[in-house]
Amino acid sequence: MSDITQSGPVLAADGTPLKRSLSRALRMQKLRALMLIAPLLLFILVTFILPVGDMLFRSVENGIVRDTLPRTVEALADWDPASGELPEEAVFAAMAADLQIAAEEKTHTKVAKRLNYENPGVSSVFRKSGRKVSKWDLATDGPFREKLIDIDKGWGDIELWRTIKTYSGQITSGYFLNAVDMQLGAEGPEIRPENERIYNTMLIRTMRMSLIITFSCILLGYPVAWILANLPARKANLLLILVLLPFWTSLLVRTSAWKILLQQQGVINDTLVWIGLVDDANRLVLINNELGTIIAMTHILLPFMILPMYSVMQTINPSYLRAAKSLGATDWTAFWRVYFPQTVPGIGAGSILVFILAVGYYITPALVGGTKGTFISNLIAYHISTSGNWGLGAALGAILLAVVLLLYWVYDKVVGIDNVKLG
Amino acid sequence: MTNYGEPALADASNVDAFVEFERVQKSYDGENLVVKDLNLTMPKGEFLTMLGPSGSGKTTCLMMLAGFETATHGDIRLDGTSINNIPPHKRGIGMVFQNYALFPHMTIAENLSFPLEVRKMGKSEREEKVKRALDMVEMGAFGGRRPAQLSGGQQQRIALARALVFEPELVLMDEPLGALDKQLREKMQFEITHLAHRLGITVVYVTHDQTEALTMSDRVAVFDDGRIQQIAPPDQLYESPENSFVAQFIGENNTLEGTLKEIKGDRALVQLDDGELIDCKPVNVSKPGERTRVSIRPERVEYNKNRLQAGVHTLKAEVLEFIYMGDIFRTRLRVAGNDEFIIKTRNAPDQVRLQPGQQIEIGWLPDDCRALDA
Repeated sequence: MSDITQSGPVLAADGTPLKRSLSRALRMQKLRALMLIAPLLLFILVTFILPVGDMLFRSVENGIVRDTLPRTVEALADWDPASGELPEEAVFAAMAADLQIAAEEKTHTKVAKRLNYENPGVSSVFRKSGRKVSKWDLATDGPFREKLIDIDKGWGDIELWRTIKTYSGQITSGYFLNAVDMQLGAEGPEIRPENERIYNTMLIRTMRMSLIITFSCILLGYPVAWILANLPARKANLLLILVLLPFWTSLLVRTSAWKILLQQQGVINDTLVWIGLVDDANRLVLINNELGTIIAMTHILLPFMILPMYSVMQTINPSYLRAAKSLGATDWTAFWRVYFPQTVPGIGAGSILVFILAVGYYITPALVGGTKGTFISNLIAYHISTSGNWGLGAALGAILLAVVLLLYWVYDKVVGIDNVKLG
Repeated sequence: MTNYGEPALADASNVDAFVEFERVQKSYDGENLVVKDLNLTMPKGEFLTMLGPSGSGKTTCLMMLAGFETATHGDIRLDGTSINNIPPHKRGIGMVFQNYALFPHMTIAENLSFPLEVRKMGKSEREEKVKRALDMVEMGAFGGRRPAQLSGGQQQRIALARALVFEPELVLMDEPLGALDKQLREKMQFEITHLAHRLGITVVYVTHDQTEALTMSDRVAVFDDGRIQQIAPPDQLYESPENSFVAQFIGENNTLEGTLKEIKGDRALVQLDDGELIDCKPVNVSKPGERTRVSIRPERVEYNKNRLQAGVHTLKAEVLEFIYMGDIFRTRLRVAGNDEFIIKTRNAPDQVRLQPGQQIEIGWLPDDCRALDA
């Protein structure tokens, strides 16, 4: 044991430092491990991380105004929107020049669409002018201020120019502000007028309903998991198949089945009317509202709650309950003070799983949610596939991601993430 | 026994009984009896061990006493009251489990405080009792730790302290030392016995380790096949087993098979299967011609001719193996066709060390050789 008496690093038998020897010996192992996960890593990188990164970038990216109207942006630099006056002739001339090029390249409609998100009505001004401006001779046809206003009165509106100036930057906070029901006004960010607000309500509704769904899953799943964990293995496996059965059916089929069950002329209402619990004239509204979404999603997400709870409960030795009872605890005290605390990690794992899945759920709220029971993800889908406002969709998605991460962090602080067990 | 002028009680002998099993039967599936007609009476303050192979019904008996299993038939009484219909938490019986069952989400002090809390005891009283219980098992400094931070032996002590902290009169222990290594187990055996005697509590202890049963108990009940085969103090159990199961199960034992020739008082003559005759003490044989198993303890076999009693039958034996074990010598012999006949001799200066292949004659006192059921 001469190494111990030596000062300095411990040496291997051949005199190289032991640390280097060790890392060399482990290098091959690490390399092999890396090779094994490389295909998946690559796949995730290409199909997940890059697109997500791209979307996050789109939520702030705003090059289109500057790229399409470079001269106008430059000329507008000296103009102060607060002055209450229209920009000078030079700005209009620059706009005419930009529009000519843009119309030729057919990009003027794109910039029009972009500006229309911020100031509805801009689109038609640009479309109308694009065709006519391309016939002008820039050198001789000036001054352009009156000519442009002649084509469309919109050019005489200070708001239009303010919008162009506000959104002339390379990156913008506009999408994010829009996503939280705000806009860039004359004096910086401001809250939108009440009739234009929608996203905050949606976000809060999404969170609230996801919480309700998570709690319903806990309430319904806990006894099931308990029974599963306390049955003999053969019976438990049989019941477990029933729990997993929904996974073998298409999500769409299950959701459609709920439509049949829940609608006003559906099975449940018919049965209730037949029994006489509900009057035929006042059939219950169980679908196309929040209730419908909560019922259908609780059913769909229930296995994700049951499975982690079951696997945690399985590891709890029944002698804990017996010990508690032998020490004088009633059945309830034994459960509440001894059994339940030990199942909290399972509840935690199930809750995180269900909540995060619920917050981003799309198909079910779209099918059974009506207008009152849709989630923020339905709006995101609308902006990505219908309105084409990808920037706003991306901003909403980024906010959703941030909220989930924040909740995850809070959860870690309160419950402790190492308390979460999947089995 | 004092007669109070009352009509003679049917169970007058059980007047001081603390724990009683009367004709208790238990079946889980309605077809097989796990416990068959169990009768047991324990006085207050006794340390009784239920010993038996796995599946012999001993743990089931303990669980019925604790209230976690219900008896299919019969009556279990505690201090004279039938407890068949009393739920476990009202029985006031302390229990130590095989895996200790310390609540992992509570500290040691909280674990000990739990039985006092559910009894609605005040905070200061609780703290004092917890402290006293921890000191009793010499774990005073560990109150703030979690069970997972303790070693197996320490957890064992805490489990013991928790079962005693609410001062039950009866404590049940279900193989509490099973998970400990040998040295620690032996140490804990003494600690538990001393503690039990000092506190004057009644203990029912379940184990499959016969050494544990013999060293710890006032009485041992040997279980097999759902019945108590014999219940007796350790020395009686070892020296006077009443049937061949007990003889085989407790300690090391030599068995020779034969037929009973005749019985004269407390002497029986047995003809072994190879024709040789030996003298025995009849225990549960009665008629000549009956098959019997003769049991002799290895340390009661004598091969030194000078020490053999005159007139007793001796047997020829061949030495097969000599094993030096330090404090004793263990010699394997072939006797009457049995290759597994063991004798144990003390390692003393005058002791002869037998050599393999040597032909010797062995004998024993007739009292040490018990003719049991076949």
